[in-house]
Amino acid sequence: MAGIDHSPPPFFKRGPAPLALLSLYLGCSLSLMVLDHKFHYLELLRQAVAVITTPVQMLAHAPAKGFSQVDEYFANLTSLQKENDQLKHTQLEAATILQRHQHLEEENRHLRELLGVKERLPTGGRLAQILYAARDPFSRRVIVDKGLQEDIIAGQPVVDHLGVIGQVTRVYPLLSEITLITDKDQAIPVQVVRSGLRSVVFGLGNGQLELRYMPANADVQNGDVLVTSGLDGIFPAGFPVAKVIHMERDTTYSFARIICAPVAGVEHFGEVMILNPRAALPPRPTEAEAGRPESGDKPATSKVRRIKRETGH
Amino acid sequence: MQPTFTSSRILLPVRPWFIGLTLVLALLLNFMPTAHWPAMPDWVALVLCFWSVREFRKVGMGWSFILGLAMDVADGSLMGQHALAYVLMSYGASSLSRRILWFPLVQQALQVFPLLLMVQVIQLGARMLTGAAFPGFGYLLGPFVAALLWLPATYLLLLPQYQPVERDANRPI
Repeated sequence: MAGIDHSPPPFFKRGPAPLALLSLYLGCSLSLMVLDHKFHYLELLRQAVAVITTPVQMLAHAPAKGFSQVDEYFANLTSLQKENDQLKHTQLEAATILQRHQHLEEENRHLRELLGVKERLPTGGRLAQILYAARDPFSRRVIVDKGLQEDIIAGQPVVDHLGVIGQVTRVYPLLSEITLITDKDQAIPVQVVRSGLRSVVFGLGNGQLELRYMPANADVQNGDVLVTSGLDGIFPAGFPVAKVIHMERDTTYSFARIICAPVAGVEHFGEVMILNPRAALPPRPTEAEAGRPESGDKPATSKVRRIKRETGH
Repeated sequence: MQPTFTSSRILLPVRPWFIGLTLVLALLLNFMPTAHWPAMPDWVALVLCFWSVREFRKVGMGWSFILGLAMDVADGSLMGQHALAYVLMSYGASSLSRRILWFPLVQQALQVFPLLLMVQVIQLGARMLTGAAFPGFGYLLGPFVAALLWLPATYLLLLPQYQPVERDANRPI
């Protein structure tokens, strides 16, 4: 009905029936979903397809980028001067803290040596520019301009100048994807600075975080700052993560409901630092060691080391 | 009511490269930073739906599957989520195409709306089942806008087919 083709309609050669094709494609996409969600097997396929889609995405983002560059170019001179003054001021303030910090770092290293505790790893990193937020409305992720080419690997922590913003979850050849700490069920082991309590903070998916599994009488107050505890072996210890903003202690539940707001500019985009991956922690001494005779002596030494670490904390 | 026959005006045959071009442009539009604005339509779904209705012999489930995969990778979403939704929409559109084209444009938009809504609902279902956060009802507003855009889209996408090859004053079309 739509248009009359020049060639006569192919009465006999019409390919497989639509229903057969439909079931083929449905099967393909459903198995892709299962493979991706349950087994995470598809990273290589993703990287391959990304080679084609990334240039198209760059092209689509080019106009917006151009506009913002023009906007920057014509930025008001006075506002830049004001910003410059402000930055100088904060630098001066920070300089004294930095000098003192270097001194403390040295002293801390010395004391740790005296105690025989394993040295804290120095954290280095790589600066990356956030390009855009991922289009997926179901999750909170951003894309940065460093990828496999720059030796970024999945799992590296990402911080900004205020604190932790997330973790690299997928790496493409030229880009990588960072899952923000506010993404639903994104977990980070934290420690309450004031009381030293350790717990895990989970993203809620609405821009806030929740400190779960804390007993109703736990020593947590409004305004408490949570920092990374470093127990996961991924995040270095001591980076600010969140601040407690709301608490509900209901005796009918066994756990308190503690809502936190992220400290870092998690949803404000700009430059971030991708921290180098930490050296692997010694393996955990588990009950499974009896079942593994080939690594019989390893868990014992790691247990000693772990005890040392814990006494060091 | 007697059905009008305006949709079946005799047109020039479509050029395959034009279909490809519009699909790539739709992909570009989807990748634009505007995708975060509220109630943005899914351009790829709209254009795919259009060609599945108009030219179901040329654009079918194969194209939908490939474009769906491209969207999944670009979005960083669950692999196969867009592909599933687009393939089902394409199947629906091509099997309903004879019926849809019988109606005038406004009623066509009404007929197409459920298909476009299905695209969003399938993706919502797939992601909720795999434990993602609910993105809010704004997510389901896109298809309304897309259905409204069916009229200008029809005009724009059929524009090359309205032109006769050589003008002839005596010919009726």
